[in-house]
Amino acid sequence: MSIVIKGGLVVDQAGERTADVVVDDGRIAAVGPDLSGEEVLDAAGCVVAPGFVDMHTHLRQPGAEEAETIETGGWAAVRGGFSAVVAMPNTNPPIDCAAVVQEVLALGAKAPCDVYTSGAITVERKGDRLAPMAEMAELGVHLFTDDGNGVQESGLMRRAMEYAAGLGVVLAQHCEVDSLAAGGHMHEGVWSSRLGIPGVPAEAEELMVMRDIALSRFTGAPIHFQHLSTGGSIAMVKAARQAGVAVTAEAATHHFTLTDEACASYDPVFKVNPPLRPAEDRDAVREGLADGAVDAIATDHAPHTPDAKEMPFDQAPPGMLGLETALALAITELKLPIADVVGLLSWRPAAIAGLGGEHGGPIVPDAPANLCVFDPEETWTVDPDNLASRSRNTPYAGRQVSGRVRHTIVGGRAVLVDQEMRP
Amino acid sequence: MTLFPPKHLLSINDLGAEGIDEVCRLADHFTEVSQRPIPKVPALRGKTVAMMFYEDSTRTRLSFEMAARRLSADVMGFSVSSSSVNKGESVRDTVATISAMGPDAIVVRHRSAGVPHQTTAWTQASVINAGDGWHEHPTQALLDCYTIRERLGSVSGRRIVIVGDIKHSRVARSCVMAFTALGAKVTLVAPPTLLPPAAESWPVDVSSSLDAVLSDCDVVYGLRVQQERQSEALLPSLREYTAQWGLTVDRAARLPAGALVMHPGPVNRGVEIAPEVLDQPNATLNEQVRHGVAVRMAVLYLLLAAVPDLQPDEGVQ
Repeated sequence: MSIVIKGGLVVDQAGERTADVVVDDGRIAAVGPDLSGEEVLDAAGCVVAPGFVDMHTHLRQPGAEEAETIETGGWAAVRGGFSAVVAMPNTNPPIDCAAVVQEVLALGAKAPCDVYTSGAITVERKGDRLAPMAEMAELGVHLFTDDGNGVQESGLMRRAMEYAAGLGVVLAQHCEVDSLAAGGHMHEGVWSSRLGIPGVPAEAEELMVMRDIALSRFTGAPIHFQHLSTGGSIAMVKAARQAGVAVTAEAATHHFTLTDEACASYDPVFKVNPPLRPAEDRDAVREGLADGAVDAIATDHAPHTPDAKEMPFDQAPPGMLGLETALALAITELKLPIADVVGLLSWRPAAIAGLGGEHGGPIVPDAPANLCVFDPEETWTVDPDNLASRSRNTPYAGRQVSGRVRHTIVGGRAVLVDQEMRP
Repeated sequence: MTLFPPKHLLSINDLGAEGIDEVCRLADHFTEVSQRPIPKVPALRGKTVAMMFYEDSTRTRLSFEMAARRLSADVMGFSVSSSSVNKGESVRDTVATISAMGPDAIVVRHRSAGVPHQTTAWTQASVINAGDGWHEHPTQALLDCYTIRERLGSVSGRRIVIVGDIKHSRVARSCVMAFTALGAKVTLVAPPTLLPPAAESWPVDVSSSLDAVLSDCDVVYGLRVQQERQSEALLPSLREYTAQWGLTVDRAARLPAGALVMHPGPVNRGVEIAPEVLDQPNATLNEQVRHGVAVRMAVLYLLLAAVPDLQPDEGVQ
């Protein structure tokens, strides 16, 4: 059945134009004025964009299905306009070998969005010895990370980068030097001092960014930095790129939206790793996204059950939901031209995640039909009880935001129509 | 300023200078009550105070219990070792269980900062912070203010040196707030590894030399320094700590006449303060404990009595 998206502003890497878009048999059939199709999706006043790509999603399956499954996480994704997500490997068992990759991909095949997975750099994400990256790469894994843990040992990280470069895959680092961060639960600074919560200094992140830039320069292997949260990290990435080092970086939605002051409520919904930082760092993240120092937005969507989060702050697990609010926060907080917001959420992360052929546009005939239609003006209030995710740990409860996804098309199928999920 | 009296006592900030003064005024009265042959008043008869102590405590818990009983409140003891928490029941469920029995106040001690704050969301009762992690221990600071007031007449204008492991001290945070709210000038003295992060954001002076500030103060307030700070690489050794920052006999001799030596207890004798100094008349450790009962009576009365302006023992005599 063909679908026509009527009357929207088509935005992709090539620019903006008002056009209808016809989708048929999984691909874009036509882009132009006055087109028709069997099903009509209204896009008046809306942006028609490439489906978004989240290269940093915790889907929790296998192992923590009480918090999220690949299916519920997939629905959260399409409600947020994402046609593709890359699962993080900190599951139980961890995604550190072909067998677990296959399990995740098999479950992902039934999800409403395209589910890709990353693989662990080291066995069980323990940082001791290399995981079998080649067998995972053969199954299409492109990003490798021990996310949640940084690879502490410099010699091991060097070898991992060399090995990955030979496979044509990319290492993505969660930058955190354990010996500096150990025991910390929020950013170390004025607020942690006042609240009596043990802190994690910005330097715990920055030291590993510094080291991995050096290793990337040394080995020639590319390095991707996950969820950068400090001005110092972003300045180093910027300088490294100017010097020709193959670095890319993402920033998480919460790091350009919230600050460490939120922890004054002692509500662990504001606990995340890397932690929320002071306003200067939040502003540096915004600036990095605006000037290109940071390549892409990632959600770091990290579901946790209410029981897990209703704990003393220092005992609660870090992480917050992000898929269903990312677009709105990017529009509301970044105040960038809409094409820039779309790029940060679609073609730029797609390129880093190795999904450029399938996701992220361009919106032209014969391209895969992965699309997101959103109204950039619609305001709405975030309600934890109205989320597709199985969990409720959004730090934005009650926040009024602008920008709402109306339709999402994945592989030519309309999985979200007028904000309604179509199983 | 929020409502006064506040519903909860989570932080010294819930009281402010006027609230601290009010607690001291009430404590004067309860000190007198405590000296009577029958040191008990019916002010909180019919009220129930639940003790929720997730961490070992001797003086604070006994002090709160005695304070509640001297006001004729009923006390629900509830002792939770951290091991039983790890076995199962969450703090939230424990609070719900206690709350289901309808206490008027819950006194909370927990090793995690913020648990008393979180508790307020899970109960209708007034919540009193009896120490949460490194965060605050407001009733300790109140009894310290009361002790200084008793000994020196007022806290205002006093030069108070707090020396020891400030970084990990909930007492230090509450005392700094309380002393500065009342107009004292506070200097923190510690090896830099035992200072809190962003100490420059606190309303205090900071020094790493006890000798430099000793001769120019009205109160030296020592904090406990724990053995494990050595293994955390925060201190080379307790011996070195004592040599540099301990209140030795020599250093105590250089204090101005009448300067007080205070400590929240328990003391590592010979580490923070020399045993001989603890026995000197200007050392107030036992007075602090004694005042703790009257001050906690004042706090319970302030938070729980329906009409706090009445005389606490009205209708009795």
